[in-house]
Amino acid sequence: MEMRMTRTLSAIALLLTATPGLAQELNALVWCDHTDPALIAPFEEKFGVKVNLKEYEGTAAGLAILEQSQPGDWDVLVIDAVDVKRAVEGGHLAEIPADKLPTADFFPELVMAENNTVDGKTYAVTEKFGYNTISYDKSKVDPADMADMATLTSGKYDGRIGIYDYYLPVLGLVALGQGINTADITADNLGSLKDPLMALRAASKQVADVVSAQTALATGEVDIIVGGGEWLTAVLAAENPNLDWTIPTQGALRWAQSIGVVAGSTQPDLALEFVNYIVSPEGQARLATSSCYWGMPANAKAGDALTPDQKAVLRWDQQPEFLARAQLYPIPDAALDTAMQDLWTEMLAQ
Amino acid sequence: MSLAAKDRRLGWGLIAPALIWTAAFFILPFLAMVALSFATMDGREVVRGFDPGNYVRIFSDPTMLGALWNSLEITVVVTVISVLLAYPLAAIIAFRVPARWQRLALLMAVLPFWTSYVVRSYSWLLVLGQNGVVNKALLGLGVIAEPLEIASTRAATVIGFVHFFVMLLTLTIYANLIQLSPNYARAAQDLGASRWQTFTHVILPLTLPGVVTGAFLTFVLCIGDYITPQILGGNTELTLPQLIMLQLGRSGNFPLASALSVVLMAVVTLAYFASSRWLRLDRV
Repeated sequence: MEMRMTRTLSAIALLLTATPGLAQELNALVWCDHTDPALIAPFEEKFGVKVNLKEYEGTAAGLAILEQSQPGDWDVLVIDAVDVKRAVEGGHLAEIPADKLPTADFFPELVMAENNTVDGKTYAVTEKFGYNTISYDKSKVDPADMADMATLTSGKYDGRIGIYDYYLPVLGLVALGQGINTADITADNLGSLKDPLMALRAASKQVADVVSAQTALATGEVDIIVGGGEWLTAVLAAENPNLDWTIPTQGALRWAQSIGVVAGSTQPDLALEFVNYIVSPEGQARLATSSCYWGMPANAKAGDALTPDQKAVLRWDQQPEFLARAQLYPIPDAALDTAMQDLWTEMLAQ
Repeated sequence: MSLAAKDRRLGWGLIAPALIWTAAFFILPFLAMVALSFATMDGREVVRGFDPGNYVRIFSDPTMLGALWNSLEITVVVTVISVLLAYPLAAIIAFRVPARWQRLALLMAVLPFWTSYVVRSYSWLLVLGQNGVVNKALLGLGVIAEPLEIASTRAATVIGFVHFFVMLLTLTIYANLIQLSPNYARAAQDLGASRWQTFTHVILPLTLPGVVTGAFLTFVLCIGDYITPQILGGNTELTLPQLIMLQLGRSGNFPLASALSVVLMAVVTLAYFASSRWLRLDRV
């Protein structure tokens, strides 16, 4: 009887595995660059699974989705590297084995253990990075002017500037312009950013999301995007080689995104395989050149899988200099975060 | 059981699915939203309670009041322009286009509906941009010497909205006009009314329910939209739905977002009561 039951259950298990509609699925909460089929298909083929991807924008929205989900609904999370601790505090990320991650191959600045590790436990791994700085059309503006942030509000480029619609990097850039490091932004000195932020707003034509900013730059609606970078111009470079970006003397912000396994995942091993695929040289090269937006891979070995043209667009050889001149996003506590967003909202309403 | 009781039971049975659906997917979520609007934030945590602070903030913060005002201004302007454009278009299709071509004319009118709303907004951005079709044509014709600043302005937002809602209004007004017997106009003219008098005293009053219904739908859809002001308006001014999105996507301030949504619904409710005298949703 027991043997018969075992055979029946085994048959059902085999049937479930063999039925395409019931194949194993991995659910990932991601940013748009992960939705490129060129990135996901090789993993799906290798492991015979279907990866379900849901895009989200903004850490608050991502964490809200997780809070409203049942344990096991999600397996993988892509999140702003500076917000990993926030996700860990919310109990949304599971510990992952640090010794199984190829962080030894990473650019040293991109290991970011201070962000991805909490109380000595690793919860995420950096997968991609880039810069929020100044993007511009070099056929319309003097590239030398872009080396100094002060030029943006000098009147020379009034009405030709677009501002990337994300408060953290742009406020960070404004702070750098005032000689304040991003890590030193506090409730006390936030007020000093108001006038330069409003001056930038007054000189600008629009405040734009990613696609709108790309459209505006590509169509000549604006000639400069504050907060842009390689992630904004790289996908347009083939069509318009005049689109360029630079890091001004005051510095720029480095964005970085991390990936981790969601706490409560019912298939943590498969989720870890996915994480490891994404940070492998092949996965990194595909992620770096995703159709949604480009960015530098955290794993330096991805350079072997990228073409010389791709590396040129990413400014691969200039990374040591860029990394030295860029600072991380501000990491505000809840009160400062609210104050920064209120300032941003005030700027939008101006 | 009497026949009347049987009919009543059958009636309840027939409307039960709709009632359950409405309760589950509208009334309960709405009550949850209202309850959440009185909660507060402690850091990044939502604290349940009964604190009217969010509403006090909405009606005392100039930024929020400004956003509400912007939304109302844009919505009223869009609704008026859309009605003024859609009525003649619907009348031409109903009265001037031969019956056999009317379907094709309506199809042409709703053709833009077949593309994604977002894609359509980005397309308008290309049309209205400094190097867009409009500016190039006007420059080419020598009408203007410098490109007009249309994209990333309120004008662009209004144009995008009007394009969308003229189609909607044309359908609702056409549905009214086509039901109108030509004998009304003939009788008025037999009694000595001019064409203008026939229109203002006979046709317009009879078609008003369709116009108001379409205008109300335009008002509701327009005041709740955040895509068009963001894409075409270039975020140059804040509207109420954008403010709600900022609270949801960036701040995670669900109580304030709920309170703003309740205010938005209150505005729509006021618009409903203002137009309810003429509102005939069965004419849609």
